Amino acid sequence: MTFFKQIKALVWKDLKSEFRTKEMLSSMLIFAFLVIVIFSFAFDPTDETLKEVFPGIIWVAFIFAGILGLNRSFVAEKQNNSIHGLMLCPADRSAIYFGKVITNLVLMLIMEAISLPIFIILFDYSFSGSILKLILVILLGTFGFVAIGTFLAALTANTRTSEVLLPIILFPVIVPLVIGAVESTGAIFIGEEMSEILPWLKVLGIYDLIFITVPFMLFDFVLEV
Amino acid sequence: MGNQPLLAVKELKKDIGKKNILSDINFSLNQGEVLSIFGPNGAGKTTLLKLLSTVTDLTTGELKIAGESVVENTIHLRKDIGVISHHTFLYGDLTAYENLKFYGEMYGVNNLKDRIFDVIDEVGLNFCLHDLVRTFSRGMKQRLSIARAILHFPEILLLDEPYTGLDQHAIEMLNRVINGLNTTQRTIVMITHNFQQGLNLSDRFLILVNGRVRFEGVSNDFNLLELQEKYKELLGE
Repeated sequence: MTFFKQIKALVWKDLKSEFRTKEMLSSMLIFAFLVIVIFSFAFDPTDETLKEVFPGIIWVAFIFAGILGLNRSFVAEKQNNSIHGLMLCPADRSAIYFGKVITNLVLMLIMEAISLPIFIILFDYSFSGSILKLILVILLGTFGFVAIGTFLAALTANTRTSEVLLPIILFPVIVPLVIGAVESTGAIFIGEEMSEILPWLKVLGIYDLIFITVPFMLFDFVLEV
Repeated sequence: MGNQPLLAVKELKKDIGKKNILSDINFSLNQGEVLSIFGPNGAGKTTLLKLLSTVTDLTTGELKIAGESVVENTIHLRKDIGVISHHTFLYGDLTAYENLKFYGEMYGVNNLKDRIFDVIDEVGLNFCLHDLVRTFSRGMKQRLSIARAILHFPEILLLDEPYTGLDQHAIEMLNRVINGLNTTQRTIVMITHNFQQGLNLSDRFLILVNGRVRFEGVSNDFNLLELQEKYKELLGE
């Protein structure tokens, strides 16, 4: 029980700070909106090509905006050396990891919930698939991204060039996740059957499982670095 | 617990990579004792404090708190340790109350609300309990940092250069608070470059040079001048 109470305290602390300053959320939302505006100028909404690239555009916006948030997720811990204060607490280090994952997940889902409808409206995209399936894919894709992204953000937080280093080491690792998320989102948008989407959902599910387990085991060492 | 010391350090050694940072560190402290550690920059003082606070692992040797090995019971024994550093470990975007609430929940403090009011009263910050910490002066942050460190009733307090960046008024306030803490039988290990403060507040002192304890003395047996002479002698100045 203590473990979960500590995770709850960490999430409360991070969300309280974030909703007070809105540093992560505002930068993620502004970036997502910029991507929407740029792509809406770049592609003709009536073009057939748009239907094919639309799922990719959405995930590009989500992931790039998400990286902005991940880069900031350990900034507060570096100020006043608060990460040291956390390490002194009688808590398993994985509680710190899960606390950060939940906070990042909440913030990314807020950003996605606001920007996705705007994407669909601005691109005049006729959505014919299942909303529930789309939510499931977004949840699985975002969770996998946040799970590995939080781990790598902690790893790079102590480097001078963390904002550059994080995308460089994160992008190669999330390639399977991005492919799975884009393919399944595309299939849902054109109203494909569940049997067509299921293999991609399995990819996302397995990815999530691997990349929540590995950081859970290695987070101790990351904080030591 | 019997007659065993509250904090016992035996043959402690710390290497980082191939570099040896600390070796042959031996000392013990009974409940209520205050130890000052002096030494030049790079002597290994902060690494020693990190080892004592369980934030970093020792390479070889033994570190025991109340007879229990820190290596085997790390998480459990962290409840017995409080750290006051020149870094405050506070969150600027939270209020003083919220900072203490967060740390109290991490340490599982019972009757947390009452305890927060007790410690905030002890450090004299009642008037700004609900103000954001980023609006605090350096001295106020350090006082709140003391409240954070004693919130969970630690038996051992580790002080890492707590006077850094404080003005004279804040130093006097900090001394009053530390003296107050000591009357409650807390064992204190303090790292400081301030010989006068270190001598005044401690029962014993160590001088650490190049990762080794080069001298151990009783504070009452030395005045400031004698300590400075000894220190220079050990540094070969």
